[in-house]
Amino acid sequence: MTGTTVDLIWLAPALALLGFVLNGTLALTRPTAKTLVSIIGAGVLLAAFGVAIAVFSAFTGLHAPTEAPVVFRYWSWIPVGTLQVDFALQVDQLSLVMLLVVTGVGSLIHLFSIGYMQDDPGYARYFAYLNLFVFFMLVLVLGASFPVMFVGWEGVGLCSYLLIGFWFTAEVNANAGRKAFIMNRIGDFGFMVAMFMIFWSTGSLDFDTVFAHAPTALTAGGTAITVITLFLFLGCTGKSAQIPLYTWLPDAMAGPTPVSALIHAATMVTAGVYLVARCNLLFAMAPVSSAVVAGVGALTALFAATIALKQWDIKKVLAYSTISQLGYMFLAVGTGAMTAGMFHLVTHAFFKALLFLGSGSVIFALHRAYHHTHSHEDAQDMRNMGGLARYMPWTTALMWIATLAIAGIPPFSGFFSKDEILTAAFARGAVEPIWLVFWGLSLVAALLTAFYMTRLMIYTFHGPNRTGEQEQTHLHEAPWILTGPLVILGVLSAAGGLLNVPALYHGGAWLHHWLEPVTQPGAALRPEPPLASGTEWMLVGVAVAVAVIGIVGAWQLLKPERLVPARNAPEERGLARILRNKWYVDEIYDALIVRPLVWFSRVVLWQEIDQRVIDGAAVNGAARGARALGWANRWIQSGQVGTYVAVFVVGVLLILWRAMG
Amino acid sequence: MLLSPALAISAVLFTLGVAGVLLRRNAIVIFMCVELMLNAVNLTFVALAQGLGVGGQVFVFFVMAVAAAEAAVGLAIILAVYRHKQSVSLQNMNLLKDG
Repeated sequence: MTGTTVDLIWLAPALALLGFVLNGTLALTRPTAKTLVSIIGAGVLLAAFGVAIAVFSAFTGLHAPTEAPVVFRYWSWIPVGTLQVDFALQVDQLSLVMLLVVTGVGSLIHLFSIGYMQDDPGYARYFAYLNLFVFFMLVLVLGASFPVMFVGWEGVGLCSYLLIGFWFTAEVNANAGRKAFIMNRIGDFGFMVAMFMIFWSTGSLDFDTVFAHAPTALTAGGTAITVITLFLFLGCTGKSAQIPLYTWLPDAMAGPTPVSALIHAATMVTAGVYLVARCNLLFAMAPVSSAVVAGVGALTALFAATIALKQWDIKKVLAYSTISQLGYMFLAVGTGAMTAGMFHLVTHAFFKALLFLGSGSVIFALHRAYHHTHSHEDAQDMRNMGGLARYMPWTTALMWIATLAIAGIPPFSGFFSKDEILTAAFARGAVEPIWLVFWGLSLVAALLTAFYMTRLMIYTFHGPNRTGEQEQTHLHEAPWILTGPLVILGVLSAAGGLLNVPALYHGGAWLHHWLEPVTQPGAALRPEPPLASGTEWMLVGVAVAVAVIGIVGAWQLLKPERLVPARNAPEERGLARILRNKWYVDEIYDALIVRPLVWFSRVVLWQEIDQRVIDGAAVNGAARGARALGWANRWIQSGQVGTYVAVFVVGVLLILWRAMG
Repeated sequence: MLLSPALAISAVLFTLGVAGVLLRRNAIVIFMCVELMLNAVNLTFVALAQGLGVGGQVFVFFVMAVAAAEAAVGLAIILAVYRHKQSVSLQNMNLLKDG
């Protein structure tokens, strides 16, 4: 306890939990009380954001930057022998950044949801889930030990599952939810094994104790630390949708669009990046794992970007874009540039939330237009859009801001964060040449990013309209409750770069200095190689040139006037078809893992082991054996009392004879 | 003194009782044979009590009391069975056997 406003940190998750309880009760008792649900649902988030700001300002006044994090121990949770886990929250620079992002962006998305979900019969249930998600997300980022973080980690997974399958009456949505849950379970296995090994080697699971003991308990570069960090990263690949566990995220777009913005773009999927940044000391001690993290990140960035090139569903493009951008973040944290990773996490939260909410606004408009004409066209297919700039000027302008930000055009936020990652990777390449490959991969990914985002913009907002003659009259800009949050996010996307303007542009690099107390242990062990300012300017030039080539190239190459609406569209051929079908990764997983597993479960485990061995031999076999024994011995029970007495007498005589003899 | 003849008579009576239980079919007769065995044991108790103390004699009273109770219950059971089956032959009392 510090005696300041920082002590109120528990209020943030408690408010979200309160919102869940109240909205959950309303969902069960009075699901039509939409006004009350809106006030509670968005209100608790705004209050939590207020708490976050208050705690943040109190914290800045409280601490010298080098001091240890403030840990609040509330109660003893798992006291077993030497394992002592308290339910404890930790306030430090890193968790405060996450706290502000989660509650801030979360508040905007809650406000957007009020408009977007207004006609949904599950309105109260939706807000209950959303509040529960925020609660678990706050536990995740504020937890002071691995197990408390894991509670949040699992909790957000649960909420993700519930919200992906929100419209569960359609089987495809329910399946998408299950897919997300199962893929995440593979990652969680890695997280748990890592936790066991951390406890085994350091004797604790609290962050401060683990990081204090790790340098002495584990040898840097040794097998143990490498295995621990690789298992941790396996957890990250599940939650943050990296190769090989990324396939659930595109399917997760089956949920409502604000959910995609909040959970599957801005907050939950960045939990893995947060975890690596939190454990920066452990990763700095394991160079092999760091290279794996960076390599997987760079590869994912490029791979997902290629798929995004040929998707028609507007949300699928953004989903693959999210995977690609998460790849950048992992490249950064694997490189050791924790600040760059967290910086990109924050700016990405701004511009990707904006992109998703903007697409939500587009889908909302199209959906209403189709609703008016009772048409059943796909409201998410870009081939049914086009020319929407005329009907939705605000959304178009704001989406363009986000597009320029994600493409890395200065001075938008994404330029600063992405450039910092590329620079860090290139600088690391001077020490470890493999990073030059990663840099190259991510540079190509940057080109593709600019290209596919421009493609999305051209096909959605420019060129001729393909929605339909009758529908065009019903296309309108979304109401202010939808565009309001978009405007705020637009400002943040444009100006978010101010958080961390590097010294190259005579900036203060505020975020870098702010996070230094947290990133210092790792950075001391694995310092970032310095780079001459001339080289840095060259890298900036290359990055911007690549982004411009991507945008101009898309503008020149793509001809929106040749597109036809989805229902008349011809099949793609060649490479386009492969990309359209996502490199057939789902099919490959299906053939290599799912089907053999199902076959093994059905034929070997079920039909052979369960039905034959367990049911047949063990269960029914025991019964049959008992019956056979009874049948064989039933002549003894003749029912004649005389016989029994005779046997009894013979027995007594035998015993007497034995006793005497 | 009289010990050996008393034990001999007791052994003969007990053997007669066992043989009767084994060989006869009439429930009443079997019941009497059981009483015969009990009283053979009583005779042994009394005979041995002469040398070994009064305990055996005390025990005889217990056996007689239990035998009286047993006789009451046993006869009642036999009566009930007779009313049900019109017979007291043990050969007809094999309901515990299947089929």
